[in-house]
Amino acid sequence: MTVYLFAILGVFAILSALMVVLTKNPIHSILYLVLTFFAIAGEYVLLNAQFLAIVNIIVYAGAIMVLFLFVVMLLNLNQETEPHKSVLRKLIAVIAAGLLLVVLVGSLKGADNMSIKPFSQNTGLIENLGKVLFNDFLLPFEVSAILFLAAMVGAVMLGKKDIK
Amino acid sequence: MMQLAALIPFFPLAGFIIIGLLNKRIPKNMAAMFACAMLLISFGLSLSVFMNISGHATEVQLLPWINVGSFSASFNFLLDPLSSVFLLIITGVGFLIHIYSIGYMHDDEKHNIFFAYLNLFIFFMLVLVLGSSYLLMFVGWEGVGLSSYLLIGFWFKNNSYNNAAKKAFIMNRIGDLGFLLGIILLFITFGSSDYLTIFPKVQGFASGNAMITTITLLLFVGAIGKSAQIPLYTWLPDAMAGPTPVSALIHAATMVTAGIYMVARSGILYALAPVSMYVVALIGVVTAVFAATIALTQNDIKKVLAYSTVSQLGYMFLGLGVGAFSASVFHVMTHAFFKALLFLGAGSVIHGLAGEQDIRNMGGLRKKLPVTFITFLLATLAISGIPPFSGFFSKDEILAHAFASNKIFWVLGVIGSMMTAFYMFRLLFLTFYGTYRGDEHKVHPHESPKVMTIPLIILAILSTIGGFVGVPESLGGTSQISKFLDPVFQPAQTKMMMVENSSSISEIALMGITVAVVLLSILLAWYMYVSRKRIPSPEGTKLPLLTNVSYHKYYVDEIYNAVITKPLDTISVFLKNILDNKLIDGIVNATGKFTEWVSSLMRFVQTGNVDFYLLAMVIGIACIIFFKLM
Amino acid sequence: MNQAIHTIPLDWYILLSSILFCIGVMGVLFRRNAIIIFMSIELMLNAVNLLLVAFSAYHNDAAGQVFVFFTMAVAAAEIAVGLAILVVVYRNTKSTDIDVLNRLKG
Repeated sequence: MTVYLFAILGVFAILSALMVVLTKNPIHSILYLVLTFFAIAGEYVLLNAQFLAIVNIIVYAGAIMVLFLFVVMLLNLNQETEPHKSVLRKLIAVIAAGLLLVVLVGSLKGADNMSIKPFSQNTGLIENLGKVLFNDFLLPFEVSAILFLAAMVGAVMLGKKDIK
Repeated sequence: MMQLAALIPFFPLAGFIIIGLLNKRIPKNMAAMFACAMLLISFGLSLSVFMNISGHATEVQLLPWINVGSFSASFNFLLDPLSSVFLLIITGVGFLIHIYSIGYMHDDEKHNIFFAYLNLFIFFMLVLVLGSSYLLMFVGWEGVGLSSYLLIGFWFKNNSYNNAAKKAFIMNRIGDLGFLLGIILLFITFGSSDYLTIFPKVQGFASGNAMITTITLLLFVGAIGKSAQIPLYTWLPDAMAGPTPVSALIHAATMVTAGIYMVARSGILYALAPVSMYVVALIGVVTAVFAATIALTQNDIKKVLAYSTVSQLGYMFLGLGVGAFSASVFHVMTHAFFKALLFLGAGSVIHGLAGEQDIRNMGGLRKKLPVTFITFLLATLAISGIPPFSGFFSKDEILAHAFASNKIFWVLGVIGSMMTAFYMFRLLFLTFYGTYRGDEHKVHPHESPKVMTIPLIILAILSTIGGFVGVPESLGGTSQISKFLDPVFQPAQTKMMMVENSSSISEIALMGITVAVVLLSILLAWYMYVSRKRIPSPEGTKLPLLTNVSYHKYYVDEIYNAVITKPLDTISVFLKNILDNKLIDGIVNATGKFTEWVSSLMRFVQTGNVDFYLLAMVIGIACIIFFKLM
Repeated sequence: MNQAIHTIPLDWYILLSSILFCIGVMGVLFRRNAIIIFMSIELMLNAVNLLLVAFSAYHNDAAGQVFVFFTMAVAAAEIAVGLAILVVVYRNTKSTDIDVLNRLKG
């Protein structure tokens, strides 16, 4: 049963991803990407990472994709205006990606069998995650706050129109 | 007392350093006095060493020098009869020549540095004879070569003098190669180059050992270079370019005798290698005759004396080669006296004639330079081997040993003596007898000042009576010098299978033959140059064949030039043009051009195209992972 | 529940993650529109997140999920800045085509 779920969600994710890359309209790409995120969130639930599933949807699908949509609307990019690359370049792109896939899969196939530890129900629960985050990873947590500050300042600075 | 003796070389060294540093700042007199004083102190110390010397060798340790792994050498001095004799000769004759130089170099602008160089030379020569190992001897050996170069090329503004200095140094170096190889073989065989280590060990070797023969031959090559034997003798006549005191000190009395000292010191090694002894004697006697034939026709006073030196050195090597070690050392001593005297006398003549050196422009100087004439006459009698002058005793002892060893060598030696007497008296007659052939108006021949003539007188006295320390038994004397040097040469003498000296009567007969023959040559010279008043032809006239060949020194210099110098020059020009300019420069330039070419290709990677960069990144990652897998 | 999760071998998750990643790479190389390229980068990041969570589940290590947490945070910041830059570029060149940006041509 789990296998079927996994298979369906997997195929769904892959198809959505392909559509992201291949559609001509940017708005459609964004929507397909949202679908992909949902599929991946489903995969997270399968792995008992409940908190992350929700966070994925809220942050990625909810905030980031909305940001994309805003920019597309702002720049009025919903038409298909870009010229396409030559067929040769597209072919090269596909081949390069395929090459990477083959190498990745090949390298991971040769890896030793990973030990699988007995399952514990608590990993992935928000309570557990919270404990680990605030005990072991407190410093990165605080630093990421500064990171956000920097990103915010940067984005605002860059986005400002020149007064002159 | 012996420890104090270690200071002997350091006084001249101090003289060199102090005068050298204070060169222009001290007046001429002070520099000269200081240099002579240093030498006088050294002479005094040498004298005391001589008085106190016992039969054994005393080693005076100074400092450890090199200590690397199993190889060690140290600065040690060795005091024994042989080195004390040489010490006396070097410091004594050196002192007299220093005094002479006060007068001779008086007007020279580089007066002070001359005395510094002289002191430096004395220092190195003393290190050479005092060293207790071959390595330290080699230090002195090279040092005297250097000083010789500095002094021959003393008047460096003249380019041909510089060439003569270079020639001397380079020929010395050729010989030094052999010397160095010999020292290396000594190290390999005995593990050390100290005399006191090697000589006891050598006693155990069989006679005719191949290694010993090789070593002795190589060491002799060094002696050939330093003591101007065939084939490395051509530098000595050219070295007459230096000031006359230099010629007297270095090229008559001391430096050229370094080779003799070295062979004498290695007596035991040579005694075990009869082949080398034969080679030494052969080269010695051939050089003696050969150089004498050249001296017969030379017209420059100093060149005649130079060839005479080469010839006399040949006699000394003949003596060493037939086993007469103490006789050779005796001849070194007497030769130092009369040859130095001859050179200083020639210098006095040159000084009196304001630089004239060609004997064709001299003559009749008997009246004008009386002291010079008398001393020159005494020296000429000594070198010709007339009894009772010193040269007679030393030369005849060598010839007696030669007769006992190899009759042909004796005959050649006697022929050489004949020629020696002839050309020396020819020189004497043409210079001092007859009428003055120079230009009376331009040149006023005058006697030299006292500071130059007093050394002449002292040396003349020594040349006259110096032989009496070596009067052989056959004439009723006790050969004191042989007895004195006996402890040094005893081991060598026992090793040699020597035929015992012939009985006294036969020895007197030999001496008689020699003296008679010499007197005949003197009469012949008198006849030709005083009675018949023959004068050598002026420059440029066509000479008969034999005279011509002899006058041009058998064209040896020209042969060397064509056979050795020119091919070397061609090779080095070739190397410069092809290898240096084309090959090496080409490689360096090509490296630069290659870098430029590669960078011109690399330029195309920077397209500015984000697209291309992304593709490159992806492919790069794929490659990295791929190669990580491998 | 225990075994249910572990019925899916880890290899399948690795495969899925790799495929998503490579689709993202293809998207970066395939399109000329800067926005689509950004989205492909997001896709790649997600693929990696998936892999991290999978490993975290199979090894019972919460550090994997915390890492995903931080990755998402960084991705958000990065998008904000990246889109701001894109807006500035659009204002100057009136186009989002990346082939136009070749001023660094050597």
